[in-house]
Amino acid sequence: MNKLKKIFATDSYIVPLVAIILGFLVGAAVMLIGGYDPIAAYGALFKRVFGSAYDFGEAIREMTPLMLTGLSVAFAFRSGMFNIGADGQVLIGMTAASVIGIKLAGLPTFLLVPLAVIGAGLFGGMWAGIAGYLKAKRGINEVITTIMLNWVALYLANYIVRTFLLIPGQNRSEDIPASMSLTFLNSIFDNARLHWGTVIALAAAVFFYIYLWKTKQGFEMRAVGLNSHAAEYAGMNVRRNVMKSMFIAGVFAGLAGAGEVLGVFHYQSVFAGSPGYGFDGIAVALLGLTHPFGVILAAILYGMLTYGSAGMSFNADVPPELIRIVIGSIIFFIAAQGIVRWVLKPFYFKRKKEKVL
Amino acid sequence: MKKIYQLSLVMLLAFTVILAGCGSDNNNASGDTGTNTGTNTGSGEATTDNSNIKIGMVTDVGGVNDKSFNQSAWEALKALEKESGVKVQYLQSNSSANYEPNLNQFVKDGYSLTWGIGFDMGDSLKKVAGENPDAKLAIIDNVVDAPNVESVTFSENEGSFLVGVVAGLTTKTNKVAFIGGMQSPVIKRFEAGFKAGVAAVNPSAKVTVTYAGAYDKPDTGKSLAATLYDAGNDIIFPAAGATGNGVFNEAKSRNKAGGSKVWVIGVDKDQSLEFGDDVTLTSMMKRVDEAVKVVSKQVIDGTFKGGTTTVLGLKDNGVGLPETSKANVSADILAKVDDYKQQIIDGKIKVPTE
Repeated sequence: MNKLKKIFATDSYIVPLVAIILGFLVGAAVMLIGGYDPIAAYGALFKRVFGSAYDFGEAIREMTPLMLTGLSVAFAFRSGMFNIGADGQVLIGMTAASVIGIKLAGLPTFLLVPLAVIGAGLFGGMWAGIAGYLKAKRGINEVITTIMLNWVALYLANYIVRTFLLIPGQNRSEDIPASMSLTFLNSIFDNARLHWGTVIALAAAVFFYIYLWKTKQGFEMRAVGLNSHAAEYAGMNVRRNVMKSMFIAGVFAGLAGAGEVLGVFHYQSVFAGSPGYGFDGIAVALLGLTHPFGVILAAILYGMLTYGSAGMSFNADVPPELIRIVIGSIIFFIAAQGIVRWVLKPFYFKRKKEKVL
Repeated sequence: MKKIYQLSLVMLLAFTVILAGCGSDNNNASGDTGTNTGTNTGSGEATTDNSNIKIGMVTDVGGVNDKSFNQSAWEALKALEKESGVKVQYLQSNSSANYEPNLNQFVKDGYSLTWGIGFDMGDSLKKVAGENPDAKLAIIDNVVDAPNVESVTFSENEGSFLVGVVAGLTTKTNKVAFIGGMQSPVIKRFEAGFKAGVAAVNPSAKVTVTYAGAYDKPDTGKSLAATLYDAGNDIIFPAAGATGNGVFNEAKSRNKAGGSKVWVIGVDKDQSLEFGDDVTLTSMMKRVDEAVKVVSKQVIDGTFKGGTTTVLGLKDNGVGLPETSKANVSADILAKVDDYKQQIIDGKIKVPTE
């Protein structure tokens, strides 16, 4: 885990920039081999994102959950854990927001909406906290527990929606009266589904930065992440830090869920499979080198590429799957650079040792 | 030891990239059949110039190569493009959040007709239709109440009744089973029709009903099928999209192993063409392609009304059994099926919907 962290936690911005350019080049090469025009394709991609106010707004909508799940994965990563369960935490956040939004609908809006959002964050945090607790108390690897909890969350969320919130004869919950939509922007963005979640995501990134780098608790968490044995020796409570960092990571993911149901859909459907926000979040976190502001930038790029891929197939007849190749190669190049460094490192160590000897 | 640890890290890293790559799109990139589209318009056969008419369709998360109704719909549109020279185009939805922007893409681009394929698209389509009262839209499998939307649904219960008749008369163990994808009004119609069909010809037969909870899990379908066949059911009717492929798989391996003969009843398309006559008893066909063709033609002719719901049943050939059924179903049974079909068309039998 430490090695992995060193690769993705370097503070260099040159690596991702080069990786992005290389990723686009690989995508272009694949398009050329497939007989498509890469310039037209990338043009169509950016036209889809920036072409109209509606599309721009929808692209922001696409980025928002990625920002939060990316932050979630990155936060856990910084304290030495690999949160693959952001997907489940998003689902639990969604469900909590839906239940509160529907069952407490009698409350005035200024109370109901914050309550639903806070509830989503808390429940998402507690869901991740289960994995944190198991890791802290029993030493069970969080990679395994979070993956397992994803499935539990999926079926639990479906069960709750089906049993308590369902509209008979439909595959979804009742409409949620609580809304996070930025309705006053509707006229500017042509009814694109913008919501407060974007603001929350940006605030979460700032919180992430200040908490980890400017507070004592954050210092402890980073110390635990860098070397838990050293941290313990220095008198830090490793277990508490592990649980706390998983909880905060879960809060981020839970908030993403609140944004989706209260801001985008205004209802919760019964999911046939995992919605995948959390897995995209892993890619975003790695792309952003697990730095909060890097994650935000990575989410913007990832969201633009995902949203714009429909434009590629619409205007340039390029299959939308191709954008996955671009994203995949970007991540690969970020990792490959690290791998190269990592492979070289032992040789350097040896040489130093020889000199010393 | 350290080497193994390092290797495991590399594996984990690779795993991450794979996870990230397959995150939200569950359509594995086999986009070869439907990708080169729309560009070669206006083929010579067109009698009138329809190239200014553009028809778009938005798939649900199943994608355009789902071997089921998205694919039928797209094939119908492509055939229409050849036939009448209209321009067609599709957009694939990676997640349900993309339904709305994808529909809007066509609407705002001035398409003459925009199709939403699938029950799940109802809410998004309704919103888009409300915001763009001049646009023409159509939806399959759901009813959207808006003056500019044409809704097409099917009487799956009627077609399922007929395959129920076949199952009731063919079963040797007097036990047949139904596997649904997810609980929804559409799948309920399959279930209710099937049960009524079996009961009509063989009241003593037992119908076991289970739900897989997913349309895209062939492994779940396979294990459910194994359980059901072990319990003595010899015919299974899966109405569960790709989950049903696992049922075919299980039946195939059982028949090959040479136990007692088991059957599967196909759904949506004539699945004997794909899975073979050795396991496919018959299929409950749902002619999504016909529906897409008929409504799209209305737009070309200028007779599109909107605001109406078309229910395609047995009498419109919207549902029914394929010709290939006679490979496995005896002529006596097929005669019975025709008899029941006539009775349903004449209104003598009312098939329940839930």
